[in-house]
Amino acid sequence: MRQIAYQRAGSVDEAVQAAAQPEAAFLAGGTSLVDLMKLEVLNPARVVDVTRLDLSRIEPRADGIRLGATATNSAVAAHPEVKRRFPALSQALLSGASPQLRNVATVAGNLMQRTRCAYYRDLATRCNKRSPGAGCDAIEGWTRMHAILGGSEQCIALHPSDMCVALAALEATIHVRGQRGERDIPFGDFHLLPGDHPEREFALEPGELVTWVFVPATAAAARSRYVKVRDRISYAFALASCATALEVANGRIRVARMALGGVGTKPWRSLEAERMLVGATPRAETFRRAADVALRDARPRRDNAFKVELAKRTMIRALTLSAEGA
Amino acid sequence: MKSVGKPLVRIDGRAKVTGEARYSYEVQVPGAAYAVLVTSGVARGRLVEIDTSAAEREPGVLAIITPRNAIRLPGKLHGEPPDRVVQALQDDRILFSNQPVAVAVADTLERATHAALLVRVRAEAEPPSIRVQDALDRAFPHDIVAGGRKQEPDSAHGDAARGMREADARIEQAYEVPPETHSPMEPHATIALWNAPDRVTLYDSSQWVFAVRNKIANAFAIPKENVHVMTKFVGGAFGCKGSPWSHVIIAALAAKQVGRPVKLVLTRQQMFGMVGGRPQTVQAVALGAKKDGQLAALRHESTSATSRFDVFVEAAALQARHIYACPNIETKHRVVRLDIGTPTFMRAPGESSGSFALESAMDELAHALALDPLALRLKNYAEIDPSEGKPFSSKSLRQCYTEGARRFGWDKRPAKPRSQTREGLLLGMGMATASYPANFSPASAVARMLPDGSAQVESGTIDLGTGTYTVMAQVAADALGLPYEKVRFDLGDSEMPEAPISAGSMTAASVGSAVLLTCGALREKLVQLAVADPASPLHGARTEEVRVEEGRLAAQGRSDTYADVVRRAGEKPIEVRSKAAPGEERKKYTNLAFGAQFAEVLVDPDLGSVRVSRMVGVFAPGRVLNARTARSQLMGGMVWGIGMALLEHSVYDEKLGRIMSRDLADYHVPGNADVGVVEPYFIEEQDEHVNPAGVKGVGELGLCGAAAAIANAVFNATGRRIRTLPITPDKLL
Ligand SMILES: Cc1cc2nc3c(=O)[nH]c(=O)nc-3n(C[C@H](O)[C@H](O)[C@H](O)COP(=O)(O)OP(=O)(O)OC[C@H]3O[C@@H](n4cnc5c(N)ncnc54)[C@H](O)[C@@H]3O)c2cc1C
Repeated sequence: MRQIAYQRAGSVDEAVQAAAQPEAAFLAGGTSLVDLMKLEVLNPARVVDVTRLDLSRIEPRADGIRLGATATNSAVAAHPEVKRRFPALSQALLSGASPQLRNVATVAGNLMQRTRCAYYRDLATRCNKRSPGAGCDAIEGWTRMHAILGGSEQCIALHPSDMCVALAALEATIHVRGQRGERDIPFGDFHLLPGDHPEREFALEPGELVTWVFVPATAAAARSRYVKVRDRISYAFALASCATALEVANGRIRVARMALGGVGTKPWRSLEAERMLVGATPRAETFRRAADVALRDARPRRDNAFKVELAKRTMIRALTLSAEGA
Repeated sequence: MKSVGKPLVRIDGRAKVTGEARYSYEVQVPGAAYAVLVTSGVARGRLVEIDTSAAEREPGVLAIITPRNAIRLPGKLHGEPPDRVVQALQDDRILFSNQPVAVAVADTLERATHAALLVRVRAEAEPPSIRVQDALDRAFPHDIVAGGRKQEPDSAHGDAARGMREADARIEQAYEVPPETHSPMEPHATIALWNAPDRVTLYDSSQWVFAVRNKIANAFAIPKENVHVMTKFVGGAFGCKGSPWSHVIIAALAAKQVGRPVKLVLTRQQMFGMVGGRPQTVQAVALGAKKDGQLAALRHESTSATSRFDVFVEAAALQARHIYACPNIETKHRVVRLDIGTPTFMRAPGESSGSFALESAMDELAHALALDPLALRLKNYAEIDPSEGKPFSSKSLRQCYTEGARRFGWDKRPAKPRSQTREGLLLGMGMATASYPANFSPASAVARMLPDGSAQVESGTIDLGTGTYTVMAQVAADALGLPYEKVRFDLGDSEMPEAPISAGSMTAASVGSAVLLTCGALREKLVQLAVADPASPLHGARTEEVRVEEGRLAAQGRSDTYADVVRRAGEKPIEVRSKAAPGEERKKYTNLAFGAQFAEVLVDPDLGSVRVSRMVGVFAPGRVLNARTARSQLMGGMVWGIGMALLEHSVYDEKLGRIMSRDLADYHVPGNADVGVVEPYFIEEQDEHVNPAGVKGVGELGLCGAAAAIANAVFNATGRRIRTLPITPDKLL
């Protein structure tokens, strides 16, 4: 039998040290990690439980909000300041998973949840993310739930998180602590594109611990919206989703932020689409043009061509809602 | 005080919610070892090598059994359908993905799980074929086994081609239902325990203990009497536990080989392929009608998938033979062989998938003729069976239509598609006819009156979670003249009197009839004992005059009790065994249950998401034994219809021939949020012909027509006709 060492970290330092050992993994809610361990997809030799660390606080500040790494998805979604100042974040969280899962899933765990690619999760198939260089059965397989943006010839696994889509649009930063100290990672840099190394998923050094996520408060953030389209009304991953944040002044868009989910190998932001929106009047045609731009580089596969149009419409819907709220 | 009909709560409900109820895998068996299957990732080919060395070295591992070292089964591995051809590690062929190729047996579940992972399988793979569309040129007809009877694959009544030629309006369309997987909450599980070299006990999650008994007896070439099978509780089955599959034999084989009791449970992922599923069907429906809607021709042809090594036919076109008055009806069933596990009956097999096609086509016809869909059905109302010319044993479909339309508010349906909205969403309404055979198979029971005046009744049937324990006690109580509390009904044991498979909505009808007759006979016997006994106050009374209520026998102002009768007869339980079986009378009729389904949907005009906001179903199921459990069954069927219409799909990777939607996150069934208001209602019927209990069964009827009603509502809402299920947002963009 494979032995797995379990360690409950008493302090952040202890956690960082413990996780610097080979084949270690942090354990938060376990809803992604333990699931994949049961499927023998992730096989850490040591799990370092971080749930007892003093990292679960949600701290509103004047310039934004700090979300502790171990704050649960439920707690963040229900927090009055999150609902008031970052509605898209609350909406995104509530649209994900189920109440039971959200009650244990954490901010950091959600950031780092693994793809739901069915091939990644099935040892009987080839997967470059699971075993680098093995090949990919997904690309020519069942691709309905795969990425149309950001894929490579090695991997088109979809990034699954809803929360991350909102955080991408809200331009959060991720604060981490490692053996070499602390640092901030801009949200857009945290998730890596698969490229030739789909097994590398996050911009973290071995053993680096996410301690909190900071979300800056803006006028646009307060009117942010999240729209998610899925096969089942709840408890299903996104076919397409979109988080938008707009600030409108004198009938013109002053600030525009958006990110798409359900379409990319990471939460997908289109700076070009955002730029197009700025200065324009918030109208259906404006939104449609921006959506066309955001999806311009889409590379659909056999089963997911519909995502191009669906993502555009989802984006238009979210922009419309944001504009109405503005 | 009658019990039958009352909405009593399930007698096993408390045991289930408190965890006291032991499901098959939970039975404690001292010394049990754990078996974990290794299944094939290849869909078609041959095993070249199985390296078990690493697995065998693991501590606690008792055996890694593969086709190389598995004991050879001395007997026959398969019998008559619904028995299935199974793979029990007897040869090196690989016939479908997820086929068992080895089993790891260890002293703990964890060690067995790990050992299974260490087994290295090398296989020679050939490209699989898994889509019906790709194999249509090799389709062939095959007899259908449905409701315990063989039926012809084809039927022709009148001349459909001429009917089509002479019609004013024609609909000719193809419809498709994808492969689906039952996905009950409780996975398949078997415990096998050899009491002697030729004597074995099994606890199995099964819909039919006698099938398990027979299969094991045949495979191991031992007498049936030496195989004892028990199934006390089942956490859902829906057909996929109706035939003992490979793992049942493998559990018994492994137990024999390691010389210890063995427990085997499938993982959720292993349930996709190995234990059946609804096969994909491609169906062609042609309808021809006169201007007034009168059908001139009805043709329904279904082609369904089966495996390379066995045949299951999804009887999708059977209902077309019976439900509309049409002079020219033609039906055909074809199957194609694919590299998949053998499909099997899945809740309302044939009637659910077939009604999607037929009832969608009826809706298309109504639209083409600018007729109300309900009016079209009434126009073609069959007073007698149109194909066989027989009367129906009973039929209250007209009342179902009327009552359903009234309760649903059908008159508010917008006649023009895409013409009504509610809060920015497109609103649509649809309806469909539901029909399901009122099956009845031979069943037997034993009833005993105990000295304390309570009764014990048994039949080797199954409670799938449907309420068998409860409703049989109700039937027995009324037949005996006892309060419900004084009856204990037990089931799920192959040493009890034989009962048919708990499937095809026939348990209440068949076992209910057996219990009714057996308890009636016991009552009769006790009354006779009383009147013949000089010590009884009833001595000398005529048996016909004796009434029994609440355990008290009364005639001519005198009375006796069951308890006293038994006591005076020697304190030993008084027992009667009897059975019920369909007779000649039933053959004079077409025995069907009917209903009418109505659905309202709201569709996002831009994003394509569909929400079923309301469903009303009115069903005529003969006698209702328990208003609560019957309603739950119908409601469950209607909810299943939401899944069938919008969600369920076992998605194959076409290259690998493997189901990739292989857990409940990817294989979608409805959650609470998907289910709006669901209202099932009954029209009770007095039916003396269908079976002694007068019951038609409700387990499947609620699903029949449900997917079509929803698809028709989607058309009404959007103007888009979706002929391939499930109706996911991408299809409505
Ligand atoms: C059935 C199902 C449905 C779901 N549906 C959705 C959905 O619709 N939308 C959605 O967005 N999500 C969905 N999820 C995913 C869910 O949101 C994630 O599983 C959850 O957020 C992960 O959080 P966790 O705390 O349980 O993480 P864990 O499983 O504990 O950890 C996940 C990863 O994060 C790492 N990690 C955890 N904490 C830290 C830390 N502080 N620093 C560094 N690394 C860390 C772990 O090592 C691991 O690699 C679903 C999950 C399931 C099982």
